[in-house]
Amino acid sequence: MASTDLSINTDVHHAHDEHEEHHHQNFFEKYIFSQDHKVIAKQFLFMGIMWAFIGGFLSILFRMQLGWPEATYTFLEPILGGWVTNGKIDPEFYLAMVTMHGTIMVFFVLTAGLSGTFANFLIPLQIGARDMASGFMNMLSFWIFFLASVIMFTSLFIETGPAAGGWTIYPPLSALPQAIKGSGTGMTLWLVSMALFIVSQLLAGINYITTIINLRTKGMSMTKLPLTIWALLLTAVLGVLSFPVLFSAALLLIFDRSFGTSFFLSDIYIAGEALARSGGTPILFQHLFWFLGHPEVYIVILPAFGIVSEVIATNSRKPIFGYRAMIGSLFGISVLSFVVWAHHMFVTGMNPFLGSVFMFLTLIIAVPSAVKVFNWIATLWRGNIRFTTAMLFAVGFVSLFISGGLTGIILGNSALDIQLHDTYFVVAHFHLVMGAAAFFGMFTGVYHWFPKMFGRMMDEKLGAVHFWMTFIAVYLVFMPMHYIGIAGFPRRYYAWTGFESFNTFTDLNTFISIAAIVGFSAQFIFLFNFIYSILRGRRATENPWHSNTLEWTTPVLPGHGNWPGPLPTVYRWPYDYSKPGAPEDYIPQTVPFSQTQSSNMPQERDLE
Amino acid sequence: MIAFAIGLSIVLLLVILFLLFRIGTLASIFRGSSERAAGTTKTSNRVNSTLMLLFLIFGGAAFVWSFSASWDDMNQPIASVHGEWTDSLFWTTMIIIGIVFVITQVLLFYYAYKYQHKDDKRAYYYPHNNKLEIVWTMIPAIVMALLVFGGWKTWTKITSASPESSEVIEVMGKQFNWMIRYPGPDGKLGVAKYTLIDATNEFGVDFSDKNAMDDFMPLELHVPKGKPVLLKIRARDVIHSVFMPQFRLKMDAVPGMPTKFWFVPTKTTEEMRNETGNPDFKYELACTEVCGRGHFAMRMVVVVDEPEDYEKWKAEQPVFIEQNPDLLAKFSEGAKKQLTLEKRAEGKAEEVKTAL
Repeated sequence: MASTDLSINTDVHHAHDEHEEHHHQNFFEKYIFSQDHKVIAKQFLFMGIMWAFIGGFLSILFRMQLGWPEATYTFLEPILGGWVTNGKIDPEFYLAMVTMHGTIMVFFVLTAGLSGTFANFLIPLQIGARDMASGFMNMLSFWIFFLASVIMFTSLFIETGPAAGGWTIYPPLSALPQAIKGSGTGMTLWLVSMALFIVSQLLAGINYITTIINLRTKGMSMTKLPLTIWALLLTAVLGVLSFPVLFSAALLLIFDRSFGTSFFLSDIYIAGEALARSGGTPILFQHLFWFLGHPEVYIVILPAFGIVSEVIATNSRKPIFGYRAMIGSLFGISVLSFVVWAHHMFVTGMNPFLGSVFMFLTLIIAVPSAVKVFNWIATLWRGNIRFTTAMLFAVGFVSLFISGGLTGIILGNSALDIQLHDTYFVVAHFHLVMGAAAFFGMFTGVYHWFPKMFGRMMDEKLGAVHFWMTFIAVYLVFMPMHYIGIAGFPRRYYAWTGFESFNTFTDLNTFISIAAIVGFSAQFIFLFNFIYSILRGRRATENPWHSNTLEWTTPVLPGHGNWPGPLPTVYRWPYDYSKPGAPEDYIPQTVPFSQTQSSNMPQERDLE
Repeated sequence: MIAFAIGLSIVLLLVILFLLFRIGTLASIFRGSSERAAGTTKTSNRVNSTLMLLFLIFGGAAFVWSFSASWDDMNQPIASVHGEWTDSLFWTTMIIIGIVFVITQVLLFYYAYKYQHKDDKRAYYYPHNNKLEIVWTMIPAIVMALLVFGGWKTWTKITSASPESSEVIEVMGKQFNWMIRYPGPDGKLGVAKYTLIDATNEFGVDFSDKNAMDDFMPLELHVPKGKPVLLKIRARDVIHSVFMPQFRLKMDAVPGMPTKFWFVPTKTTEEMRNETGNPDFKYELACTEVCGRGHFAMRMVVVVDEPEDYEKWKAEQPVFIEQNPDLLAKFSEGAKKQLTLEKRAEGKAEEVKTAL
């Protein structure tokens, strides 16, 4: 239990003793073009947080339009300029905001920000490696992501506006600048940025997989890996297999837009002109897009699964219930995620027989997801739960995942999807299950590993305030959205007032917008806590949560190379919490069985 | 001045909050609670775990209340045969997932409350139980199988081939309105080609086709009660989606790939007015695939008539080509080739109409 309070300086010194060659790193090598996985992880985290605030701010803007459709927004002119005319937000700009909110949140925050941060930070630390397999590729991955970010950010400010055809960029809308202004330069920048983004993801993914397979320390067999690593491994595999398909879709769209091909275009008469394009099909794009698009939602949620499993086990002071079932369900979800994509396309005119097949495959995926939820709840059962902020967010995650996941059973049913497709029911579903839930996974990770990242603790009280405000706000925003969706309110509508069928629920929409604004404001508490704690937070100890995994055996601020001495050896699985007979309620992975004779299970006697 | 005052008060508020935060931190150092392992202090555990329980109780109550308060607005009246099927399947599934929802959420928050940290307690080492895991893998698998079966049966019925006797109506989406075409007395829609589209001939109908001669294009979609109606759906610029909420009907309109959906309306507009008590009730057709600036304004009124009223209404509709005899001249055999060229020039001059 006694944790020594090492000061930062000595740690850094230790690290330097180990690695003489790093002595002469200048500022740029150390903090900007660093090849240290921990620095790269922080770079991804900072970028992710920045993007999250931009994406969140956009959602507040369009929620204002939906909450108060009659109001005038002259006060937004200083920010939005020409996009507000006579106090009214431009309908095309509304679509652009929706599109950018989706793109930013899905790709730049919950893919790059979440996987980028935690895969980089945790993989070497939890498997006992000095760094990634290729530090250089890792650095390249971040800087290509940075370039993609700059391009996407620039597209927000061009005169014709950013891409506006929805984050799914279905052609012909996204292919024809005549159809919408955002499909001009904005769409070109979107495609270029996403192409770079995919390159960055592939560089990163290959690196993650290689590192996990090759660089595990002595004794760290695959069945002794923490669930975070399992989740991050499968996430990387999904990314490597599916992102190239999005790349091909983007490439073909670039050809259609700029070189006169007709992969996705046929029989089009627009702006007073019949286009000489024929033979293509817009449905082909949707197949290609969702072949990535569906695994993508698992790319977003799997790391959160891993992080939450780890944090729930640690803070319940219990082994994760059904470790092997947890790995099995991760596998099941990963495999199935590749064969369910067309459930996004039940009403596109696709052959109804295909619809039946995809309905069947989609509903199977509910089984491993259910197993995960039951196992998390079973882990809480008879635990000795410590409500750290990370634990609060982990419990919140499970709750949101249940609420959002269950409605997937409805949407995956093609007969029911006829009415609900592209309504607010879908919006509510995926915001709970992959939006808010993945964000909660990310917060769990940040609060939990902050001490190892920055050597200081975040403030727990502010953390709790942040959690409760966010958690309540998320439910207040997304639960009522189901009602609006059941009533059939379509997505991406600038206003519903034009329809008699959709002129109800005006008060509820105002209510949702208020809840969204409160929820967004609460994120500034996090921002303050985060920045303040980096600078002035209470100093952390080596293992503040009394956790078993390897990263907590490093110094308070691990230097380049992670362990000052030789790499640790692993003897046991990471979940020996509250083992009967052990003096403490945790036994780190580095403790050999010979030292824990009082608590060894019968089958472990041979290992002593 | 007011802006300055607001700004100043916000700054002051932030300063006060910051000071409170500092005082709190210092107080916790004095109390020595910062010496304990994170998450093991009495107050923090008691407060957070109690809040978990309160969240379950009040959140659950708020959910039940808001759900029942929104019940009437949530349920669009049903006006089609298959709508009854999908709605009953929807609410059956909702009840099943509702039960799972309640059980899992109650256990989650209750356990979070009950098993909060106590200094003198130790967690129960319980790494796995294969029997339990098999049970809770099988139960969802069986429930899913039943739901898939129900969904599959309904889906096959809805998407089966339309009856021979169906009323055929063409629905075309364009930026930013819907257009419809009836086949006229011969029951056959004339051939259409997108290259023939111009300012008058918005469907691009080929009027050298005999079947096209009696086609008509009204401004409202009329359908007969109790008879199967087959919508032939297409788009001429970008993807749109036909959505008729009261008929539980949705199908994308895709340029270059015609789609279809058939249904049987069950209640006339008049009957629905009586049922809902709203004398102005109108069925509507909306767009649910983002299509540009006017996406939210692609509204068309749908009217369900008694079959005899429907036949009467159809008979009253003016035939398109009779109203536009100039078009016919263009389609005389010889002029056909030239037409294509002319059309291009004309097409360019056409003003793009928007619904805005």
